[in-house]
Amino acid sequence: MKRESARRALFTRRVLLLGAGKLALTAALGARLYQLQVVESERYTLLAEENRISVRLIPPPRGRILDRFGEPIAANRQNWRAMLVAERTDDVAATLANVAQIVPISEAERARIEREIRRRRRFVPVMVRDFLSWEEMVRLEVNAPDLPGILTDVGTHRVYPGGEAFAHVVGYVAPPAQADLDGDPMLELPGIRIGRAGLERAHDRVLRGRAGTVQLEVNVVGRVIREVGREEGAPGQDVTTTLDAGLQRKVAERIANDSGAAVILDVRNGEVLAMASSPSFDPSLFESGVSAAQWREWTTNRRAPLINKAIAGLYAPGSTFKMVVALAALEARTVTPGERIVCTGVTELGDAKFHCWRKGGHGALDMREAIKQSCDCYFYEVARRTGIDRIAAMANRFGLGVPLAIELPGARSGLVPTRAWKQATLGKPWALGETLVHGIGQGYIQTTPLSLAVMTARMVNGGRAVEPHLTRAIGGQLVRGHRAEDWPAMGIPEAHLRIMREAMDGVVNERQGTAWASRLPPEAGARMGGKTGTTQVRRITLAERERGLRRQQDLPYEWRHHALFVGYAPTDQPVYACAVVIEHGGGGAASAAPVARDILTEALARDPARRRTPPAPSLQMAEVSRPAEEGRR
Amino acid sequence: MMERRLARERGMSLTEKLAAVSWPFVALLCALAAVGYAMLYSAAGGAAEPWAFRHGLRFGFGLLLLIGIALIDIRLILRLAWVLYAVGVGLLVLVALHGEVGKGAQRWLDLGGFQLQPSELMKILLVIALAAWFHRASLERVGNPLFLIPPLVATAIPVVLVLRQPNLGTALITLMVAGSVFFAAGVRWWKFALVLAAVAIAAPVAYESLHDYQRQRILTFLDPWSDPLGSGYHIIQSKIALGSGGLFGRGWLQGTQGQLNFLPEKQTDFIFTMLAEEWGFVGAVSVMLLNLTVVLYGLAIALGCRHQFGRLVATGISVNFFLYMFVNIAMVMGMIPVGGVPLPLISHGGSAMLTVLIGFGVLMSVHVHRAVEIEAGEDA
Repeated sequence: MKRESARRALFTRRVLLLGAGKLALTAALGARLYQLQVVESERYTLLAEENRISVRLIPPPRGRILDRFGEPIAANRQNWRAMLVAERTDDVAATLANVAQIVPISEAERARIEREIRRRRRFVPVMVRDFLSWEEMVRLEVNAPDLPGILTDVGTHRVYPGGEAFAHVVGYVAPPAQADLDGDPMLELPGIRIGRAGLERAHDRVLRGRAGTVQLEVNVVGRVIREVGREEGAPGQDVTTTLDAGLQRKVAERIANDSGAAVILDVRNGEVLAMASSPSFDPSLFESGVSAAQWREWTTNRRAPLINKAIAGLYAPGSTFKMVVALAALEARTVTPGERIVCTGVTELGDAKFHCWRKGGHGALDMREAIKQSCDCYFYEVARRTGIDRIAAMANRFGLGVPLAIELPGARSGLVPTRAWKQATLGKPWALGETLVHGIGQGYIQTTPLSLAVMTARMVNGGRAVEPHLTRAIGGQLVRGHRAEDWPAMGIPEAHLRIMREAMDGVVNERQGTAWASRLPPEAGARMGGKTGTTQVRRITLAERERGLRRQQDLPYEWRHHALFVGYAPTDQPVYACAVVIEHGGGGAASAAPVARDILTEALARDPARRRTPPAPSLQMAEVSRPAEEGRR
Repeated sequence: MMERRLARERGMSLTEKLAAVSWPFVALLCALAAVGYAMLYSAAGGAAEPWAFRHGLRFGFGLLLLIGIALIDIRLILRLAWVLYAVGVGLLVLVALHGEVGKGAQRWLDLGGFQLQPSELMKILLVIALAAWFHRASLERVGNPLFLIPPLVATAIPVVLVLRQPNLGTALITLMVAGSVFFAAGVRWWKFALVLAAVAIAAPVAYESLHDYQRQRILTFLDPWSDPLGSGYHIIQSKIALGSGGLFGRGWLQGTQGQLNFLPEKQTDFIFTMLAEEWGFVGAVSVMLLNLTVVLYGLAIALGCRHQFGRLVATGISVNFFLYMFVNIAMVMGMIPVGGVPLPLISHGGSAMLTVLIGFGVLMSVHVHRAVEIEAGEDA
């Protein structure tokens, strides 16, 4: 018991010591607190109240998107805003009433402002109006004494001078969603926008730049007293596209009343000079949020205005595919260019009948004539001899059914079927009749207008596997791929390619050609070659065929054929390739070829090489790789 | 009189136990939690969401837990001391293997929605284990260096595990809490001096093995203005906020530093800064005194206990609570390196509050069972 009491006594002593130590330590804390809060209070209060350092991110200006000549397609415009700091006015309603005399404020707006003022702290600025005009801004500033609590500042917003004509290619910006937050602190800034579609999205990182920081001395309500220091961020870099803005506008305008797409490429290097999809939309609507009604209108419209049909619209190529079939056959030596195959208007295979578009048939045709007159029976036969797998392999080499290098998000690669593909996806063996159908570009095959333009470009540029691209320079640095030598040869004999060029020349420039009506006018100074295509969107039944086919114009819109045309110009030294798809246009010769004629005429008229004297040989790359600014004017 | 009470406590009924709970102490805790609620309400810009409401909810739950533990017979806790210790070490190993990585360190164990930081709980379990060890020891045995080896090992295991997480702050607090139990148990002064000397010698070596972020904290502490926008930012902003509070503060919900988001982590580690800014020196000292009262109350419970186990447990738990407060407040005032230690019952965060209340539950159990007969050590 004595030991226990000794132990307890020692414990008591030590715990009292611990307690004393704690008191001392707490006193030390108190003393330090006293020093900070009372003795040095003034110094820190000054730091806090009068001149606190606030570190703010400064969002860098978003890079512009320019056309190849430097004309802005997407740019920034200053956005003047009026804010209200509730704390600095005695009567919010009176201030708002005074503001309303300068800039109209609707009842709904007034309700929103008052709600936000109630919800936030009284020193937090609340947005009164943005997108003020310069004049409204000046009047607000001049009347500042009558507008206590009103602050004005300036932000930027994105403008698209080209509007709808460029919407699909350039895309648009929108406030970042939760999923977009990638660790870049800039994205959490209010009012920041990120690229949501098209080039805005594809080059978002480059365009966005890096945020700088600015250290500001601010007073108690957050008003900036002075700038203490700043670390510059990097402004977003300008992206120079391969587009020719003037040409793009013309192309978009030409197809504006149809549903479809048109693409013009420079065949020498794959640069996309124009790419339009119709109908289109106003990209600036996304900046501040699209109304539900507008969104519903866009998404339920059967003509799908938000879809870039040039890269995401899938169409059977129809007769525009015949050159690929012919090249596959020539390579496989299943036919010679001079061999004449007889077309009676119908090809029979077992019980099935495969019709030529011309009821009475074309008679005996060689390859060049068959392409020129777009004979179907000729290609049924050639496809049958060659086989689907060889045709598919050739199609892939021409960019059909394979991913292309185009920068745009949402680009689709289409489909070129093979035996293995059908077995794998449908679980059924390939049927010979399907080969025949694919010989005229129908069946499972699906292509995009862009891939058809690529096919055409590769066919007329001497067989180089150019990839389509939209980026010419980033921050003034040319990107690779603007010279013809950057692209590998495809290994297709020039003799074969020449037959294709001559046949396509014949399609347009000979009386029996299917696009004779769309030949270029003499003042264009050059000739266009090309190939029409008409694809059924529904099967023609035997009964209908026997009744006699109705004229396309008489059919309901959704039943009409898609009209396609692929073309190039000039025929002697090709520079431009184009693909045009007009949905439910009726026929390639009737609706698509005239579009191609007009847009290629425009392209030729704008051609910088042709306006210079002496005209430079078109395959000389020096012309194309010049700095963009020198190109025009 | 004494005999009668003793006899009564030998078989205390639940109601008697409830009556024996020190309700003034519970009221003190409620006061602290109320301060926390007010500050979290302010930190959210004048809203119960997202922190204050959950804070209140957790405190209510923790309080029930506290009272539940207070009713557990202290002798049961003594018997299970080493089992509990083993469970704590097991949790630490588990967190090392499967823990969530939070802010670059593995500290959390996700228990179906609510997160547990075993290193916090471990401090209490270690105190119980050490108290159980020293409970049976006479002063002569405590004086025997060999007798001190098992408790030293028992301390070293969790400390090393916590260090490896890595969580230097909690490891050091664990060491100090354990030290306080050794000290209260009567370990000689010169032995502590020896350990301190060893630490002084080992410090430079230890510094080399610290993680970069830990070294950065120490360097920042030495000169916060060397990198005012980087790692010194926390401390500078904290000091400015404290200083701008002045004697009486800016008023609740009116602290500009906190409200304008100059203060980082204002709802957790830096809540005291916000408190001091809004309520001033007077308010901050009041809250410190409130904390100190809780600590001294705990020590008073220790002194009033009739068995060594209870005395040591109460001491360790009180010291633990004190260290939380001291380290947190010293940290926000720039007196010691920043270490991610919350201000218990006031900061937002379930794990720390829960473990603190569990600890106080054990403390209350000591108080309720202060006079029970425990067969004393074989030679005490």
